[in-house]
Amino acid sequence: MFGWCGKIAEINLSAGEFKIFSPDPEILLKFIGGKGLAGYFLKEDVALDWNDPCMPILFFTGPLVNTRSPTPGRMTVMSRSPLTGTVGDSSAGGFFGTELKKAGFDGIIIKGKSDRLCGIEIDDGEIKIVPASHMAGMQVSPVRSLLKKKGSSAIIGPAAENGVLFSNIIIDGHFAAGRNGLGLILASKKIKYITVRGTKKTVISDPEELDQARKDIFRLVSASPVLSGNYGISKFGTAALYDLIDARRMMPSDNFRKSFFRSACLMNAPSLKKLYRPKNRGCRGCHVLCKKVAGDGTIIPEFETLSHFSALIGNTDIKTVVSANKICNETGMDTISAAATLSCFSEISGKTLTPSDIPDLLNDMAYKRNEGEKLGKGAERYAKMTGHPESAMTVKGQELPAYDPRGAYGMALAYATSTRGGCHLRAYPVSHEILRKPVATDRFTFEGKARIIKTGEDLNAIVDSLTACKFIFFAASLEEYSKVFHAVTGINYSGQDLIKTGERIYYNERMINAANGFSAKDDDLPERFFSSSGHKGEDITIGPIDRKDFLKARANYYKARELDEEGMPLPETAKKLGL
Amino acid sequence: MENLLLKYEKKLIESGLVGSGDSLLGILDAEIEWNMNDDSRIIFEKVFESLNINSLIFSKPKEPYFSIINYLAKISGEAIRPCDCETRTFFHDLPVSFEFSANSIISRLKKRKCVIIPDHGIISYGTVSIEQAFITLSSVCFSCFVKFFSDYLFTLRFGKPDNDFKKTFEKVSNFLSPLPHLNHSLQKSPFYSGKDVLNAINEAGKLMVGLRLVDSFFGNISYLHDNTLFISQTGSSLDELAGNVDICPLDGSSCAGITASSELPAHLEIIKRTGHKAILHGHPKFSVILSMDCGIRDCAGKGLCHIKCPRERDVCGIPVVSGEVGSGSGGLCNTVPEAIISKPGVIVYGHGLFTTGVFDFNLPFCNLLEIENACYMEYFKRASNPSAAPS
Repeated sequence: MFGWCGKIAEINLSAGEFKIFSPDPEILLKFIGGKGLAGYFLKEDVALDWNDPCMPILFFTGPLVNTRSPTPGRMTVMSRSPLTGTVGDSSAGGFFGTELKKAGFDGIIIKGKSDRLCGIEIDDGEIKIVPASHMAGMQVSPVRSLLKKKGSSAIIGPAAENGVLFSNIIIDGHFAAGRNGLGLILASKKIKYITVRGTKKTVISDPEELDQARKDIFRLVSASPVLSGNYGISKFGTAALYDLIDARRMMPSDNFRKSFFRSACLMNAPSLKKLYRPKNRGCRGCHVLCKKVAGDGTIIPEFETLSHFSALIGNTDIKTVVSANKICNETGMDTISAAATLSCFSEISGKTLTPSDIPDLLNDMAYKRNEGEKLGKGAERYAKMTGHPESAMTVKGQELPAYDPRGAYGMALAYATSTRGGCHLRAYPVSHEILRKPVATDRFTFEGKARIIKTGEDLNAIVDSLTACKFIFFAASLEEYSKVFHAVTGINYSGQDLIKTGERIYYNERMINAANGFSAKDDDLPERFFSSSGHKGEDITIGPIDRKDFLKARANYYKARELDEEGMPLPETAKKLGL
Repeated sequence: MENLLLKYEKKLIESGLVGSGDSLLGILDAEIEWNMNDDSRIIFEKVFESLNINSLIFSKPKEPYFSIINYLAKISGEAIRPCDCETRTFFHDLPVSFEFSANSIISRLKKRKCVIIPDHGIISYGTVSIEQAFITLSSVCFSCFVKFFSDYLFTLRFGKPDNDFKKTFEKVSNFLSPLPHLNHSLQKSPFYSGKDVLNAINEAGKLMVGLRLVDSFFGNISYLHDNTLFISQTGSSLDELAGNVDICPLDGSSCAGITASSELPAHLEIIKRTGHKAILHGHPKFSVILSMDCGIRDCAGKGLCHIKCPRERDVCGIPVVSGEVGSGSGGLCNTVPEAIISKPGVIVYGHGLFTTGVFDFNLPFCNLLEIENACYMEYFKRASNPSAAPS
């Protein structure tokens, strides 16, 4: 077998034991790896509560990981989301996926619950469950210091231990498995950390073909302004998007009551660069190097974090953004959800957040103190608890990222249909609606967007299964990646075969959500986007979305996705897709 | 969707690639919408069903493209492999199917963005927009044109074209003529405001498309005003630049130009080196063809000419340099700026032509036209006397 290790470890914490099994090769072909394979194994336990000991959490790599393919350093973490109740998954960077492959595993499935706080240590095929009570309540960095020689690490912070519903797993210090509250799943199983290291090589089918395929992709990366240009993310990190999103008047400000932030020019990527002089860092094997880290170890915030901790909450102090990012990393909280929940709090309470309020409130969330206890439940629950459900800018209970949907209608539809709730990464229409790749589409129309969003979801599902980084698809396409896949695995899948596999993987997630009661009523946006404008200017007006147009586009999406009128999966489609 | 179908049908005709009524266009959202009734729709409905695409164009190209593509398809077997920059970077090769059936088309489109059916036409698709299908179709015409005339000159120089090649060459050459001279002036500097600059850029862009100095409507244009570079966005049609120009302050205070043309690094460096304000970059065909005409058959650097050429070369006195699209150590941003100092322009091997102006777009535009016309004349001169070695 080329590309895959052909081994998966299943760890049962209740019994304190593990077993290793080889997945059916047909399953590997149907679901590939990463998100696809994790979804396949999650499905059998789909109806369990997120904190049921039998609910698994899955860490899965793909066949391209630990090879010389471009952007080979990512993996998927998946379970059922404590925040939303939907399928909960995250594509995570860093070194963990690579080390997992080096240790000889395509993935690990963790079930059961430890009777005390523990760590899981994986060392070249050996798996140990060790006590970690001494790490209880510790932040990420101190834990990481204690694990220095044990390889790559996945750690939860105090936020997860204190029940924050949007707590993250922090990979290698600053790469988050974020958004859905996956940190809380580890906490519910009493796992403080997982480390992994290995020495094995992934055997590939055709190294020469891989070299050629790499060259083709690198050529495209060099030609990509978004990745390699003077203002691209290689030079500035994802914060490079900040000016553009504001210029397009779709920067969520003041809890999505506005879509333009007057102080953006003082808070942007060049300002961060000037202040911190960061160096380029990235996931294992990646040459894009989108992570920016200052000499003293300060992590430069990503675009979403920068935008939400400035525009969304009305903060004009750039250092507060950096410190908020640090608090979230250290305590293990999702920055998008944390900032969006703060902005919801600010709107409901009528309180303007000062630079000193922000770190205080974040720490209160992470340590379950004062108002922070309620805020740690996320914006939707907080807004309901305080009698203002309309102030939660969420979809399926997940806080929305930093693209105002009134400024990009494909994004509006993508937020609504995303299987993990308010998320920009499922269909990633920013690529064509804003960044003009592969070509520009009209951002102010729903026309044609149903099919486009469906295709985007399928594309990113397979990208997260191979696994690769979505950013490189600003430049390359599955046409090039099918060559990489062939060179690595020897399997002759075309780009279209791969995207068909992505369709299966995404439909599987719709089926998981449907089994948990999600339907058309959940594929919707907050009412605010249909009733009020984001920005009225001489150049651009960001008006409310026409609800009729939105509902028509959603109905078209259901047709394109082959769901019924209520957004529920059809047995015949499932069968056709081999599910 | 009807508007999009009409827009791209019109663009195909206006670009001179396809005659009226010779294109079938379809866009799929929940249902497929077509621009016209055609018997072949039944085949393409199957294509839509089998592939994850949202749009498709099937066009029979006009002459000279029709004869050129047919000829190349027939002699190339399974795929045509042009060596121009566009194909090398974005298309890899152009598959051919001698069978006009759904299965044959689907099997090719599973792997590539287009398929050529000899005697029928070109089929291309988009995944997010019909514009992708249009670009692909236009690029197929461009790259086949460049390959045909390059191959012919190469064959003349190092062998003997067979009768079929010769006859096709004679036939398609009859469809060609030099570009017209510019009979009016473009907007003259000084430009007092950003609005003036945008107007001048729009005017130059439309004219470049109108005179077919670009492939697929693409190229790039920039102008330096008030320490700010105004530059066309990546993938923008030069005849539709309103709202598609990025404004990049040279003090580095903003990243809003992240969507600027992939040639932004070259433009910035050219401005720095030359002190010029106006830059045009197009893909005029004969400039591209002659940039690839080399008298050395067994060069140690064969196959790598687009990255590095061991010799200094020129065509009609215009330097020819290596360099790939965008940034990176092999990027044309490292070769063009140096070469363009004190020259009317620079041709990038297999790619296109850069020209610059101190004040406005008048001089660079005239240079673009004159260089292309000089290359056109030079091509046929070389074709009539192939033993004379090019520089």
